[in-house]
Amino acid sequence: MKNFLIFVTFLIITLSNISKVYSIEADVFVQSTVNRASEALNNKFSKKEKIEKLKQIASETVDIRGIGFYTLGVYRKNISNDQLKQYEKLFEQYFLKSFSSRLAEYSNPEIEVISKKKLNQNYTMVSSILVSTEQRPEVKVDWRIYTKNLENPKIRDLIIEGLSLARTQKEEFSSIIQSNDGDINALFAALIEFIKE
Amino acid sequence: MKKFIITFLISLLLTMNVSAGTDGENSFTKKNSGQVKDCFEKINRTTFKFNEALDVAIIEPIAKAYRVLPSPVRAGTSNALDNLSSLVTIPNNILQGEFKKAGVNTGRFVINTTVGILGIFNVAQKLGFSEYEKEDYGQTLGTMGISPGCYLVLPILGPSTIRDTAGSFINILGGDPWYNASINGNNEYLSKTQYAATKILTGVNFRAQNIDSIENLKKNSIDFYASVKSLYLQDRQQKISNKNGSLEIIYDGNWEEIESQ
Repeated sequence: MKNFLIFVTFLIITLSNISKVYSIEADVFVQSTVNRASEALNNKFSKKEKIEKLKQIASETVDIRGIGFYTLGVYRKNISNDQLKQYEKLFEQYFLKSFSSRLAEYSNPEIEVISKKKLNQNYTMVSSILVSTEQRPEVKVDWRIYTKNLENPKIRDLIIEGLSLARTQKEEFSSIIQSNDGDINALFAALIEFIKE
Repeated sequence: MKKFIITFLISLLLTMNVSAGTDGENSFTKKNSGQVKDCFEKINRTTFKFNEALDVAIIEPIAKAYRVLPSPVRAGTSNALDNLSSLVTIPNNILQGEFKKAGVNTGRFVINTTVGILGIFNVAQKLGFSEYEKEDYGQTLGTMGISPGCYLVLPILGPSTIRDTAGSFINILGGDPWYNASINGNNEYLSKTQYAATKILTGVNFRAQNIDSIENLKKNSIDFYASVKSLYLQDRQQKISNKNGSLEIIYDGNWEEIESQ
């Protein structure tokens, strides 16, 4: 019995250490993602190459599915499973296009991670600064990191100078649905049009 | 008579505001950006289109030309305009009970206007003064618990709310010393022209500072009107709370129910 208890204790300690070894701190994750994006935005690449690289980085580091659900707001609960699947597919294409095209305009952005604040088990906010250039002043950028799975943290929102991109997108989507008498298909049509452009 | 009409308009706007923002219940609560009603959406969207056309035809080209000016010229102009805006910020600091900030901003204004030559050079910043935060009467009404009421798009001036529009009227009712000195002041140095010039320059300066971000937003929005509205309301909300990123955004409970992994 004693040996069994020692074995179980040993197992627990070993497993907890394993999880510590593989967990990634939110601030380290943000800095490493920023470094990857910075490399992708290097002027040695063409705009098309930049966009492809940014899409790859976003697929790996951003919780696109989670943002899509958040962005749909209350409508998420009122649509069928088929519509939800269609939405997920469309949102992913929309997000990758919009995200990469927004970022591709920048060249070699320099971001410094300043601090982090754990909100709860699921979220940590990482504060950073986009260093000023001749053309624009310093910009504060906060990152909402989803940390439920510590081995695989994901970005869920960017808060630029206090303005949440996810919330802006949510209100944009909600406005389209409301302007069309609550018809979710109007949003799908707008997303398809954006993806095609 | 003019003052009477303006006072009447403010009272009317704020009365409408209380009703519009509270669904008939006159409780003074702070509303978040998602709860601000777009009561006049059709008119707002039409005005927004008009403003967009005006921007493309006149404001954006002027802002682009302005951006070509040497960086020190633009920085000096921006500093001088900020310095002038502190004439509205200081009374609002006092109205919000922020007496320390009012003192700091008064010191900053005196130093920059004199040593900094009419505010062109931000000498106070070099002396270690804290970062300048603009305040206005709309924000003060917000801190008093007045809800924003309906969202409005004003011709030329752009996004606003009933509360913020009412706040702007206070400027011309004696709340803005720069307006009083240039329009009502009986002096030979200042006139309506100087006042109008500073207001136009403030608009051009803002547009020039945001050329890339506005273009980017326009290009990547599926409803540009809704994006601008959301950003404006979030910005006002955080300015009223005087925090970078309001607590409501940081602790947005809607994120908690999103399971994706």
